[in-house]
Amino acid sequence: MALFIVQLLTGLANAMFLFLVASGLSLIFGVTRIVNFAHGSFYMLAAYLASSLAAALPLGPASFYAAVVLAPLGVALLGGLIEVCLLRRIYRAPELYQVLLTFAVVLVIGDAVKFFWGTENRTGPSPPGLSGSVPILGQLFPTYDLAILLLGPLLALGLWWVLHRTRWGILIRAATSDREMVGALGVNQAWLFTGVFVLGTWLAGLAGALQMPRVALTTVMDSTVIVETFVVVVIGGMGSAFGALLGAVLIGVLQAFGILWLPREFQLAIIFILMAAVLILRPWGLLGRPETESGTAGEALRREVGGRLRPPRWVWAGILLALMVLPSLLPTFYVWVLVEILAFALFAGSLQLLVGTGGMLSFGHAAYFGLGAYGAALLMKQAALPMPVAFLLAPLVAAAAALFFGAFCVRLSGVYFAMLTLAFAQIAFAVVHQWYDFTGGDNGILGVWPAASLAAPVRYYYLALLAAVCGLSALWRVTGSPFGYTLRAARDHPRRCQAVGVNVRSHRLLAFGVAGFFAGLGGAVFAFAKGSVFPDYLSMPMSVQSLVMVLLGGIHALAGAPVGAAVYKLLDIVITKYTGYWQAVLGGILVFLVVAFPHGLVGFVQARWARMRASLG
Amino acid sequence: MVEGPLLEVRDVWKAFGGVQAVAGVSLRLPRGEVRALIGPNGAGKTTLLNLLTGQLACDGGVVLFKGDRISGLPPERIWRRGISRTFQITATFASLTVLENVQVAILSHQGRSRDLLSRTGRLAREAALDFLKRVGLQDQAEKMCATLSFGDLKRLELAIALANEPELLVLDEPTAGMAPQERLDLMALAVQIVRDRAVTVLFTEHDMDVVFAAAERIMVMHQGRVIAEGTPQSVREDPQVQAIYLGGLC
Repeated sequence: MALFIVQLLTGLANAMFLFLVASGLSLIFGVTRIVNFAHGSFYMLAAYLASSLAAALPLGPASFYAAVVLAPLGVALLGGLIEVCLLRRIYRAPELYQVLLTFAVVLVIGDAVKFFWGTENRTGPSPPGLSGSVPILGQLFPTYDLAILLLGPLLALGLWWVLHRTRWGILIRAATSDREMVGALGVNQAWLFTGVFVLGTWLAGLAGALQMPRVALTTVMDSTVIVETFVVVVIGGMGSAFGALLGAVLIGVLQAFGILWLPREFQLAIIFILMAAVLILRPWGLLGRPETESGTAGEALRREVGGRLRPPRWVWAGILLALMVLPSLLPTFYVWVLVEILAFALFAGSLQLLVGTGGMLSFGHAAYFGLGAYGAALLMKQAALPMPVAFLLAPLVAAAAALFFGAFCVRLSGVYFAMLTLAFAQIAFAVVHQWYDFTGGDNGILGVWPAASLAAPVRYYYLALLAAVCGLSALWRVTGSPFGYTLRAARDHPRRCQAVGVNVRSHRLLAFGVAGFFAGLGGAVFAFAKGSVFPDYLSMPMSVQSLVMVLLGGIHALAGAPVGAAVYKLLDIVITKYTGYWQAVLGGILVFLVVAFPHGLVGFVQARWARMRASLG
Repeated sequence: MVEGPLLEVRDVWKAFGGVQAVAGVSLRLPRGEVRALIGPNGAGKTTLLNLLTGQLACDGGVVLFKGDRISGLPPERIWRRGISRTFQITATFASLTVLENVQVAILSHQGRSRDLLSRTGRLAREAALDFLKRVGLQDQAEKMCATLSFGDLKRLELAIALANEPELLVLDEPTAGMAPQERLDLMALAVQIVRDRAVTVLFTEHDMDVVFAAAERIMVMHQGRVIAEGTPQSVREDPQVQAIYLGGLC
């Protein structure tokens, strides 16, 4: 019983931190409709900043508390700056661009933390006066956690007061339920948005600063906390601060008891299973409101440029010829680089079918790439199938998973669709990561080499080329088929599409399956090229990588995916040669792309081409 | 044997929150008739149409089409039974060309929406051009739909709605937002097309000139109920209609 109560209190203390971060994210989403991936980065930055300030300030024991107050303010200021300089430009842009821009901020802050504080784990100072433990029913409970348990409800009350008793708070709530209306009432939206962003960032920073003495500070704090926060916010309902409280308590308590009672295979997955269950039963979260129809991903992505440019056949023939000849001219290292590019071209091309043609923004596409890779590895290692058979069956494993997960996802649209794809990808990641007996856990599976007859780099390269050419041609064929046109029709106007006899959900599900299949093929190519598979292949950064490639090429340009994959990989190689801060550079490139080339590289070329032709008559 | 009505609605209800948008509407629409559904804003006309074509689910009551129950079916299944419609706010596929808009609808009618391997280009092209010709859009076939004028979009919607050779055509304010003469022309065109093929029509419209020019019978809705039904002449003379609906105008 005592253990139960102490565990419950621990869970509630954790919930207080989750609540602070999640209420900030939820407020920002509610008013600006931006899913802010950088929210976890502000949390991490505040934790590091507070630990340095506590050590540097000359105030004796009080410097700890001064740091806890100052660090969140500093971070909130930075948040305001980012809102004014970057986010303001993209409030009307499609969701994909918003997500990528905030993700660019994640990359830059991540590398900045590494630059200023190093990559080694740090421990923050202990809180003066609150560093011991108090006995509760014979069990020791940290005094600091007890203080947090008292502080948490006070902060929640304060937030309630701001939202319900101040004019500003009432405007925030009004904007959450109807942004246009508040604008029409003559409220200066720009400053309302900035204010909310600063408040939300401050809440994240406060959580980070308060967390500083409790946990080890690591450079992955940002992604850990943002994923948990998404779960909390989605469960509670996007845009609802009190939904965030409910979600945080549920998750905090569930995690605290999960550690005690659940087998480790489930510990990571449990919160995502809860999230998936909530999204399936109540897609808009426990306390949220259903999204209005205008919020579908398809509406936002409808931006066509420059007509439809089809490069003449000789261009394709030339590229193919170059790809046939290249490997015999290049050093082995670059042959493997090309193989990787081919694998990513399939990965990105399949995602483009979903995001570009289908208007379905998936945050979890890496699941199908990774399951293709694991499918290949497991079929060979556990089922003892010959390598070529494993290679050919792997895409089916990915397609089956895509059809299963997709069946739930296609019931939703917009941000909720994106969140559910993320949840399923995280569940798949957690299972692969924890199921040591079958998948090798985080040790991965080693020795996944191609059959002897295909093992020579150039030979494997030709296999990869064959897979990529067949795969991409098939994807393009599908895009131009009646199925592909109908998928675009469903993206442009789902209701109209239903009213010409199309079952939009099952149509989208089929697209999900097709995309899963080709992502899986890319995964299989990748697995045998690397000779090993790791849970990272299914992780969120991998999903984001594929989105970046699609965006680089241009979401509506058919040739965009392979171009995006190639440019991304080559940039990676070139930049890592000169600097250890590849992520920050990538972040900078992303910001530049979103702001300057919203149609991607191929889209840009197409638009130029169309204009040139027009001017020539 | 006397044939039953093509569409029969028995006592359907629909509420949004506390607002009773449709409160026990019944109607019988015989095959071949062109009927207008009129009423002041907020009378429940669009809601009623959405109940008939499955965009909304009824709270109570049934809708029968050719004697079979269709209430409760999703919109795509109702379309497959032979009921097609247009929307009050123009709904077309903005990233497709005019021709492709119609092609998508025809291919769906032919059951080929899930064809993954054919090239769309030539499929159903002649049929689609034929529909475009009927609404006078054949010269715009290759234009991007997003570049069409408003009146042409309305025509395109009509062409899309005809693509499944419907027996019942439901038009929600087919001429809304157009110039007066354009309105009459478009409605005359629609009526001519449906007469040629004996299509039954139920349409809502705010422009009384269009209504009286096109409709054989008129139904008047007010506060979720049908308050009058009859020939244009009898509706025009109905004192209740005059009081509630035309009161402010006459």
